[in-house]
Amino acid sequence: MDLNTVEQLIPATGREAVDAFEPGDAWLAGGSALFAWPDPKLRRLVDITALGWRALTATDAGLDIAATCTIAELADYGTHPPPAEWPALAIVRGCCEALRGSFKVWNVGTVGGNICASLPAGPMTSLAAGLGAECLIWQPGGGERRAAVADVVIGDCVNALAPGELLRSIHVPADVLRGRAAIRQGSLTPMGRSASLLIARVPPADLAGEAPAFTLVITAAVARAVTLEFAEVPTPAELDAAIEARLVLGDYFADPHGTPRWRRHLVRLHARELLEELTGA
Amino acid sequence: MTFRIDGDEHEATPRAGQCLRTFLRERGRTGVKKGCDTGDCGACTVHVDGTPVHSCLYPASRAEGREVTTVMGLGTPETPHPVQQAFIDAQGFQCGFCTAGFVMTAAGLGEEQRADLPRAFKSNLCRCTGYRAIHDALAGVVNVERDAAGASVGRGLGAPAGPEIVTGRVEFTMDDAPAGLLHMALLRSPHAHARIRSIDTSAALAVPGVQLVLTHDDVPQMLFSTGRHTTRREDPDDTRILDVVARHKEQRMAAVVADSVAAAEEGVRQIVVDWEVLPAVFDPAEALKPGAPLVHGDKDAVESRIVDPSRNLVGEVHTVCGDPDAGFAAAAVVVEDTFEVQRIQHVHLETHGATAWLDEAGRLNVRTSTQVPFLTRDELALLLDLDPSNVRVFAKRVGGGFGGKQELLCEDLVAIAAMRLGQPVRIEFSREEQLAASTTRHPMRLRVRIGATAEGDFTAMELELLSNTGAYGNHGPAVMFHACNESIGVYKVPHKRVDGQVVYTHTVPAGALRGYGLSQSVYAVECVVDEVARRLGIDPIALRERNVVAPGDRFVAMSDEPEDVEFGSYGLDQCLAMVRDALADGSGEPVPGPEWLVGEGVALGMLDAGPPGGHHADARISLVPDATPAYRLAVGTAEFGNGTATVHRQIAAQVLGVTASDIELVASDTDEVGHDSGAFASAGVFVAGRATLLAAQALAARLEELGEEGISVARAAAEAITGEGTFTGSPRSVAFNVHGFRVAVLPATGEVRILKSVQAVDAGTVMNPLQCRAQVEGGTAQALGAALDEEVLIDDEGAVVTRNLRTYNWPTMATIPPTEVRFADTHDALGPLGAKPMSESPFNPVAPALANAIRDATGVRLTRLPMRRDRIWEALADAGLPGATFPAS
Repeated sequence: MDLNTVEQLIPATGREAVDAFEPGDAWLAGGSALFAWPDPKLRRLVDITALGWRALTATDAGLDIAATCTIAELADYGTHPPPAEWPALAIVRGCCEALRGSFKVWNVGTVGGNICASLPAGPMTSLAAGLGAECLIWQPGGGERRAAVADVVIGDCVNALAPGELLRSIHVPADVLRGRAAIRQGSLTPMGRSASLLIARVPPADLAGEAPAFTLVITAAVARAVTLEFAEVPTPAELDAAIEARLVLGDYFADPHGTPRWRRHLVRLHARELLEELTGA
Repeated sequence: MTFRIDGDEHEATPRAGQCLRTFLRERGRTGVKKGCDTGDCGACTVHVDGTPVHSCLYPASRAEGREVTTVMGLGTPETPHPVQQAFIDAQGFQCGFCTAGFVMTAAGLGEEQRADLPRAFKSNLCRCTGYRAIHDALAGVVNVERDAAGASVGRGLGAPAGPEIVTGRVEFTMDDAPAGLLHMALLRSPHAHARIRSIDTSAALAVPGVQLVLTHDDVPQMLFSTGRHTTRREDPDDTRILDVVARHKEQRMAAVVADSVAAAEEGVRQIVVDWEVLPAVFDPAEALKPGAPLVHGDKDAVESRIVDPSRNLVGEVHTVCGDPDAGFAAAAVVVEDTFEVQRIQHVHLETHGATAWLDEAGRLNVRTSTQVPFLTRDELALLLDLDPSNVRVFAKRVGGGFGGKQELLCEDLVAIAAMRLGQPVRIEFSREEQLAASTTRHPMRLRVRIGATAEGDFTAMELELLSNTGAYGNHGPAVMFHACNESIGVYKVPHKRVDGQVVYTHTVPAGALRGYGLSQSVYAVECVVDEVARRLGIDPIALRERNVVAPGDRFVAMSDEPEDVEFGSYGLDQCLAMVRDALADGSGEPVPGPEWLVGEGVALGMLDAGPPGGHHADARISLVPDATPAYRLAVGTAEFGNGTATVHRQIAAQVLGVTASDIELVASDTDEVGHDSGAFASAGVFVAGRATLLAAQALAARLEELGEEGISVARAAAEAITGEGTFTGSPRSVAFNVHGFRVAVLPATGEVRILKSVQAVDAGTVMNPLQCRAQVEGGTAQALGAALDEEVLIDDEGAVVTRNLRTYNWPTMATIPPTEVRFADTHDALGPLGAKPMSESPFNPVAPALANAIRDATGVRLTRLPMRRDRIWEALADAGLPGATFPAS
């Protein structure tokens, strides 16, 4: 929709853009979040796609996904075909498909924009949390900081980015990518918005004993990602007990996309399915 | 900045926050539609450098230097793109408002998307078709049939506007741009119940571009109803154009008119209101209790036609026919249950909107997206103290309605502003205004009780309902009465008790919606009928066959006195048999897996052809000398996707021995015919079609009388030869619908998969099988959304939570299964050329048939709509169904 209070749309020229950030400014990437939600406080859009960031950068350390990487670019990278050395990327497709919007929205919507919108159902938040990614954040004054996704998206449409802070990229560690991961989405409707989205992962064989043997990341059913790590592969009962110990009914998210009680059930059900899929337990 | 749009270069500078959608529309590319403006419905899809995007989400300036293709550049009516031609051949549209988005999405599919069409189209909303016809278009299926002179009726002719629709040329309500157009935005109440102590508009008037601010001090204070009926006294007069009291959140409280939408919106933000917040009530049962906050305590019962303003009671009905107590006493089984039916919204893709101006003669013209131009004209004249002849109201093509446009929700304000300013003034609702502040279905609580003998003969029926009309009574009493009529009148047992109440609350008003009360009551009644069958161990179709009315029976519901409803034809027996056969023929999707529970369910619905109390339609047809097409047919009814624009031409062509293409249709314009009650109550074919038939017959008789010689004389004198027809909607016939489902339910998650869906309909002579089938499919799809997913949710403060199409769960292509449509072989003695209505009624039996199938599969009766996955799972878990409870380790 037209953002009728916006007076200026300016390209971000470089790293110093964060220092020029003012009240009433918003970072513009794909626009699919900003242009869908009226905010009469907006006066200026700062276009960070002008910075020309490379969408995806694979290194020995892992995968860096620029905030401006479109969901279409990510889906393509994760699908055609997923790099053989990084089997955990198999969940990328499922995360992209968990977005309520179709491929047309993928063509403009960005990974960073989805995280910064900070909706519980944001599937890029799920992806990042599910793969233990770290956010790189540019700070005013020239600094930068790194934070886990669960420390960035901290509530329903609430994030921990200070005014002017800019999500630059997310880094997925190679050690996670070399492992295996699986995904389960629950929704009220076919291909609908996530009521729960669970990602589980197991480490590659060479990290057995070093990394947690099983990690479960719960999103969409809760407003802030919950990660459960298990040093040993849990039994189904242990997994369920751990979920129940960590989350009580009141912790589950309530909105038009599902009741807390159902979401809790889906989390327990899908967690067990993921455990079986990844470990045979 | 240079833009390339559909091959043309444009030098322009978009506004900083402008999206591509409005930028394109401002450059005449009005095929690009606004459906939601949040990227969810896909109506605004365009290609940027060949890539399909939602132009409402796309910053306009980002298109600089790129190649933008809209539906208007993709092809033309003369040389359509292959996808556009496919949509014509399959008739993959009804109202046509979503079509540009579907065409542009289809034209932009890659191999990957083509492999999974429901996924590719999950951001495209079609509210009319139920998607089957769109699937056909994507698969290259040709559905349209050829016409033949004098034999149009019964053929699947395409809509005449097809080529213009698929190429984005057809003009919808907001697609013209009159010179000097001003824009209106509304201040809406932030409180559910509050009084304006004072309102300061000075800062708003100081906003550059603002021309006018209207508050309650500036407009007539006459009470009226937004709901429109043939007789205006049918609805309570409880509404003011602008009121000093807000009775629901988002009620319109002031209007700002400015040179631009942006300035009007800024003006609204600058209005300062001192509110006295008042106590509010949101629950209809609470609203009836002594001491409850009063919604219209300031109204006079008689003057406003409100049963009891001091109890929030708008209307009520308490009737007894026969001896229900004796009937229940004589019953072998008595089944009783209570049900709750939710608010839903129409989600017609074209939002409400209107443009008003004064013509050279100083006459008020209002172009609006309405189903009722004449009734709007009459009420505007009354409100503004104008002679009706000094007001013209018209609609061109309307982008869906479903009852939502049987209201006067915005025309009054733009009319007042245009008269004040002497310039054209437009208002266009946002999707948020549509969902949070227009009208909804009436939420109802219902109790149904049925007694039956051991053999299965009903001995008595009882229906009690409490309807929540929200803050205003538009359609409230009429919907309540309709809910209590055909739902039980279809069963012949003469012993019936009805208790209905319709109540005000401080919530968004309810109004007319497809089914008009019957979708709520048919759900409750048909669920209880199903339980009676189970209790007696009788097949549910056989039980219905035993108890439904048939020619010779009287219709008994709230009265056992004869009304003007007759069996003009009767096909309910055929419909029941066809659904039985269809469910038994072995077709349908396979059961997904061993953990799924499978069940079948049926339900029926009856609909009187037109409203009680009459429905007026005038038609006029002329043989125009040397014109192409040769005949000009004028009707008052509106085309909003229901297909009447095609059927009226077919009727006239049939009578005059020509083809439909020989007939030009003009419709929904108060200057064209004397009067028409409008396109509601399924009257488009049965009532207005009858007027067309009479007009065509009159013209045919006149032509015969004149002979070739007389016709030549008239031609030489350049005189048109005219026939006129009028029908006042009585007597009425009855139409029937029976729906059957086979479903699979996964207890572990509550997911329902529809393995088989069939609806058998008694539409009399099917005038256009292609369109009639589409109406049934579309009604089924809309009803499936209402049965499974859709709900306008309201929070503890009375605010609508589901404010956009991301939170309001509408059915996508992925939700809607194919529905097999079967037609009964009947010919109606009352309907035009044997036809009966088939636009609202397909909606009504869907939810109960589905609930009955889920009951059959799981053993659990769901008594609340919608049957969302979470609620189904919760019900199954509460019932202790093994697959639904969490498996023990």
